[in-house]
Amino acid sequence: MTSSSDSDRGAKPQRPARSADLRGPSDRIDDPNARPELDGEAPESAARPDGPVSPKLGVVGSLRFFWRQLTSMRTAILLLLLLAIAAIPGSLVPQRSSDPNGVTQYFVDNPDLAPVLDKLQLFDVYSSAWFSAVYILLFVSLIGCIIPRTKHHFDAMRSRPPRTPARLSRLADHIEETYAGVDPDTAIAEARTLLKKSGYRVEEYDQRGVRSVSAERGYLRETGNLVFHASLVGVLVAVGIGGGFGYSGQRVVVEGQSFVNSVIDYDTINPGRFFDQDSLSPYALTLDRFDVTYETQNADAFGQPIDFTAHLTTTTPDGDTEDHSMKVNQPLRFAGTDVFLLGNGYAPTITVRDPEGTVVFTDSVPFLPQDANLTSVGVVKVPDGLEKQVGLLGFFYPTAQPLEDGAFTSTFPDLVLPMLSLNVYTGDLGIDGGVPRSVYTLNTDDMTQVAGRDSDVEAIQLLPGQSAELPNGLGSIEFGNADPDAATGDFSNSVPRFASLDIHSDPSQVWVLLFAVLVTLGLLTSLFVPRRRVWIAVHPADGPPGARDGEGADGDDEPTSGVRVEYAGLARGEDPGLAEAVEALAYRHGTALGVERP
Amino acid sequence: MDLNDFSVMALWTALALYALAFIAFTFDLARRSTEVRQAADAVVPSAVARSSSTAGSEASSVRTLTVDRPTGTGGEARVTASRSPSLRVGVALTILGFVVHLAADVTRGIAAGRVPWANMYEFAMTGTLLIIGVFLVVLTREDLRFLGTFVTGLVVILLGLSWNFYVEVAPLIPALQSAWLVVHVFVASLGTAFLALGFALSVVQLVQARQERLQLELSALKMRFLATLPSADRLENLAYRVSIIGFIFWTFTLIAGAIWAESAWGRYWGWDTKEVWTFIIWVIYAGYIHARATRGWRGTRSAWLSIIGFAAVMFNFGIVNVFFKGLHAYSGL
Repeated sequence: MTSSSDSDRGAKPQRPARSADLRGPSDRIDDPNARPELDGEAPESAARPDGPVSPKLGVVGSLRFFWRQLTSMRTAILLLLLLAIAAIPGSLVPQRSSDPNGVTQYFVDNPDLAPVLDKLQLFDVYSSAWFSAVYILLFVSLIGCIIPRTKHHFDAMRSRPPRTPARLSRLADHIEETYAGVDPDTAIAEARTLLKKSGYRVEEYDQRGVRSVSAERGYLRETGNLVFHASLVGVLVAVGIGGGFGYSGQRVVVEGQSFVNSVIDYDTINPGRFFDQDSLSPYALTLDRFDVTYETQNADAFGQPIDFTAHLTTTTPDGDTEDHSMKVNQPLRFAGTDVFLLGNGYAPTITVRDPEGTVVFTDSVPFLPQDANLTSVGVVKVPDGLEKQVGLLGFFYPTAQPLEDGAFTSTFPDLVLPMLSLNVYTGDLGIDGGVPRSVYTLNTDDMTQVAGRDSDVEAIQLLPGQSAELPNGLGSIEFGNADPDAATGDFSNSVPRFASLDIHSDPSQVWVLLFAVLVTLGLLTSLFVPRRRVWIAVHPADGPPGARDGEGADGDDEPTSGVRVEYAGLARGEDPGLAEAVEALAYRHGTALGVERP
Repeated sequence: MDLNDFSVMALWTALALYALAFIAFTFDLARRSTEVRQAADAVVPSAVARSSSTAGSEASSVRTLTVDRPTGTGGEARVTASRSPSLRVGVALTILGFVVHLAADVTRGIAAGRVPWANMYEFAMTGTLLIIGVFLVVLTREDLRFLGTFVTGLVVILLGLSWNFYVEVAPLIPALQSAWLVVHVFVASLGTAFLALGFALSVVQLVQARQERLQLELSALKMRFLATLPSADRLENLAYRVSIIGFIFWTFTLIAGAIWAESAWGRYWGWDTKEVWTFIIWVIYAGYIHARATRGWRGTRSAWLSIIGFAAVMFNFGIVNVFFKGLHAYSGL
């Protein structure tokens, strides 16, 4: 599967054919799989210099030289290997595209090394200048091969099968048979029929009294080869350009809440280069319920998630509503967007009141899961309404279990004994300066802990439905119970869950898939369709037939009548079945000429 | 004893059978070396006999020496090995091992209530089963029994290592609950099996090519059994033919994986560590296939690419799965 071959020229397998169709300059772009089957026949090939020898090239000459080098197979191999090597660092160093938190952590862990790696674009390997350079060169080289090869293949498909070589016996796969009582016309006619029936393109030649049928098949091999390579270019173009027309966005939705598909309602959105933000279809999506199932029977997998199902309602601008359910492997495809379920967790409902009992904050706050048992961390910021700015750093344990040192851990991901533990800070939240801050982190540099390990007051610990006073008479806090009517001790629906959704639109995706399928089909054809030439040459049997092994069915009384037939084949490209094919051809031709088979 | 216990026991049995097969195959290689030495001894007296123009009839009856030059035109061996009981025992043990191994795999699948390739342990179990399976199927078309030592040896090592990955039967996490688990992972294992065979052939090809370059007399060979194996050229063709099948499966693995990734993770390609390595492997084998058609790269160099490619496959399985951070965290460890 190759783009161009500067390699085997000179040792072309079609050498004995001496035909015009593949000689000349176009020779270098012949099927690169073509093996020098006739190594022994072309001894000069080994001595032939591979590179250009002319010392004076000039500007045009230099460019041509450069182009030839770039589109040569040797360069293609080197670029392929370079591409493989260049891809490695991206798996060793966290990438911004797939693991942004990993990159942040890497900067923290390796403060000296990270900036150097960053300069070398090692955190963005696959969009880096050097990685791009390699694959762009590779694809230029590829296109530089596809175009001339397509033209060459087009010509080859319209040309006649080449003239029959004078000495077929020099070919490795060669069989000779003699048939008595068969006239040359019949032998030729049968050969033609047989070859045509076997899918060969045939041409008759008459060279110095030797009549022959020259046949070629397997043009599809090269077609497949070209389709494969062109489709690779197709994949690249579809990914590179088509990807620019789409976007991807993320949004965390808590049970009972809605999200509107417009730019401002996304938590984050990454629009493609050509993406028109007004083209978002403005539907609303409500997370009605989020169901989870965790393993409880199998002790070896206790607590492992078995199923996540999000129940959603979509509402289009004209008021039509529709119910959907969505799972990890079952995205919701709606109104030109694909909605994926990427994560989930708990969003405890937290209400903060001032000393007079006026609500200053109330929300279901998504807490980010930290481990498999969903110990989660979340932050509440109360900038206004209280005496000071208050920040709460909360830990949520769906099934709380005290540890020996007084801390807690979660022992099961579902809600058995949910507990919220809050450290309280007062001071400057740092959000007044207009600098965007993550809602998931609390900057405590300018804050004082007033409840929690580092202070005199213990952290506030709440079960669903409980409230507590904030220290220093700041006010009170309540951990809401979403299911207050449940029986005592049943917390299974007490805390709302959230689903983190990824919403994508990528109109080029279907093109990428189409080209990928073509890549596979092209690959299969180019590797498994044998391309071969075969010849059947009919000589009038002159003199006593020394090697007569075919018994004519009729005409036994005419010893002078008969033919000597040569069968020969030549592989063009990998063709392990050639010898068998030539044998089968001789056998079937013999049968057609009346040889009786046991 | 539940089904999984049976599966574990069957797998140990299969491992033992493969180890025995390995010994039988090794015996066969030793026997081949002996035959080559005998052949070498036989050639010299016959040559002497001929030059002294005395009757050399007894020497010629000793053995059929097909070609006495290192490079046979048809790629045949220099010395045709005689029928060997140890070789047959090796193949028989391998087949027996395969049957027991298959039983282990199937019972694990039944015990888990799903396909038996959802974590590292199961992946190793099914992958090695396919390596043996592909080897046995290829044996019906080409006599590659000389690879028996290599293939059973490789499988014994891989199976032995797979005990480090052992996990109890567990249900599938939501991300793995997809029909693509059946297709994507199975095709990847099947591709790996073919690439493993190509790797084995390429290694033998390299050794054989080195031996051919030295143009040694039979008696001077270091690894004498090499004289009973096909020529380096023929080995290269065989390696290529199995590797391209592996390459096609690998291409399909990539595409199926991308389709699955799209529905599970919301993107078809995201340079996840495992995706990166699958891509690297694809590119190396693409290089290998090109190299085969390029003068200067054919032969030894392309064999090295095949070896590097398979090393990357093993790295992708053994190292990336376990030590690299990424979304393909299905090792179950």
